[in-house]
Amino acid sequence: MTENGKASSRPTVADRGSSAAIAVDRLVKVYKQTRAVDDISFTLPRGSITGLLGGNGAGKTTTIAMIMGLVLPTSGRVQVLGHEMPDESASVLGRMNFESPYVDMPMRLTVRQNLTVFGKLYAVKNLADRIARLAADLDLGDFIDRANGKLSAGQKTRVALAKALINQPELLLLDEPTASLDPDTADWVRAHLEQYRRDHNATILLASHNMLEVERLCDRVIIMKRGRIEDDDTPESIMARYNRTTLEEVFLDVARGRANGAKEAVR
Amino acid sequence: MTELALHRGISLHRIGAMILRYWYLLLSSWPRLLELLYWPALQVITWGFLQLYIAENANFFARAGGTLIGAVILWDILFRGQLGFSISFLEEMWARNLGNLMMSPLRPIEFLLALMVMSLIRLAIGIIPMTLLALFLFHFNVYALGLPLIAFFCNLIFTSWSVGIFVSGLVVRNGLGAESIVWTLMFAILPLACVYYPVSVLPVWLQYVAWALPPTYAFEGMRALLIEKTFRTDLMLEALMINAGLLAASFGAFLALLRSAKRHGSLLSGGE
Repeated sequence: MTENGKASSRPTVADRGSSAAIAVDRLVKVYKQTRAVDDISFTLPRGSITGLLGGNGAGKTTTIAMIMGLVLPTSGRVQVLGHEMPDESASVLGRMNFESPYVDMPMRLTVRQNLTVFGKLYAVKNLADRIARLAADLDLGDFIDRANGKLSAGQKTRVALAKALINQPELLLLDEPTASLDPDTADWVRAHLEQYRRDHNATILLASHNMLEVERLCDRVIIMKRGRIEDDDTPESIMARYNRTTLEEVFLDVARGRANGAKEAVR
Repeated sequence: MTELALHRGISLHRIGAMILRYWYLLLSSWPRLLELLYWPALQVITWGFLQLYIAENANFFARAGGTLIGAVILWDILFRGQLGFSISFLEEMWARNLGNLMMSPLRPIEFLLALMVMSLIRLAIGIIPMTLLALFLFHFNVYALGLPLIAFFCNLIFTSWSVGIFVSGLVVRNGLGAESIVWTLMFAILPLACVYYPVSVLPVWLQYVAWALPPTYAFEGMRALLIEKTFRTDLMLEALMINAGLLAASFGAFLALLRSAKRHGSLLSGGE
């Protein structure tokens, strides 16, 4: 259903992608005069890690928010794990999770209390064991009984990741998961995400400004600019197409409007 | 499937999780606990002494002992009930946790039910000591009202929840810029609900407005009980019917405002 309350009836990518983790079809979001997301479509197979790249205001966060059901599209469709969002969100919210810089965990609650509350919200079985496992995996043991507000940025990110993994989600949406982390902690978080994907065949959609992170983690990259999809392929293919050796150079080409020239030069 | 249809299948464990979340918060913060006790105690002491003074100088109030202090206690049930609901909600906005909750399997109706339970818990923490103070300092035993007290309480708490649900919806839609409405909206009801004076004092046209508000029936009912020693069941039943309509309307308004927030992207910002 869109913000107008109308369900689209066109046969679409979403219909073909009912077995996909995410199927986005002709998605549009308009805020007053601004087209934040402008007619984008993509399908993410289960078990994939996809990076959503783009500068500030490219539409990444709005796209992820529409996939989560936090923002209603102006038009278009989103299917998550075979269910229409946001109308059938009750069927999938327990099977997905997210981490975003736009939200925090309650500051006065300890890490253990926060994980307990969210574990109960997600109806996690053997919750104490699950929290103990996450504490071991994410190295939370030293501060698990400390208030969330008294943690460092790196510790808070690990706690947010623990909350995002509490229900062992099939689909994980991450918005800037390593922002404000030192290189060591960021690397450690990436390694853990890779491990989680391997162990659970989970699907991960990751919005990031960190090109090295995307190169390392993602088997597919979607580059957005001004609400539209500028390119969509494997990192290697995109770099080859732009005749660049890093995604950062590709990003700069796209951001500074040199994308067409770079592609033309390759041709 | 409509958004309303998703509210079937209410989960008690999710409601319990939210109550646990607010309970952890209360226990972690002594200023929050103190705030629950401090203001009701101050209210009852101030108005209790005023009642004593008036009773010494006015024959009517000597006869109608307890109407002022009774009104203060009932008003606090109404006001504190709404604040107990709304502050728990605001905690999520202050903590920037609303997005986490909206993305979890928690449903809006479960969230609201948890806030209702928390308003009862917060109310009990503030009001029970207040009533004991009234008993020991001014010999006013609100519990002596007996069963009618339950009727007054239910009608007032239902209204407080309706207002709490509505203002929470306004905050969801407009962000913390709308926070002041949480603290002030109930005061718009104060003069019209005839907390400290009978409805007959109002101009006739304003009396129609007063009778549209369920708290008016509770305060009139309390005065009838204390002054005329009569329990007006008719007043309580009428208030209950209006409250049922108000609760349904406020829930509908909350869902509409939540939908509007999703349309405007307000859940991502939550600020001013």
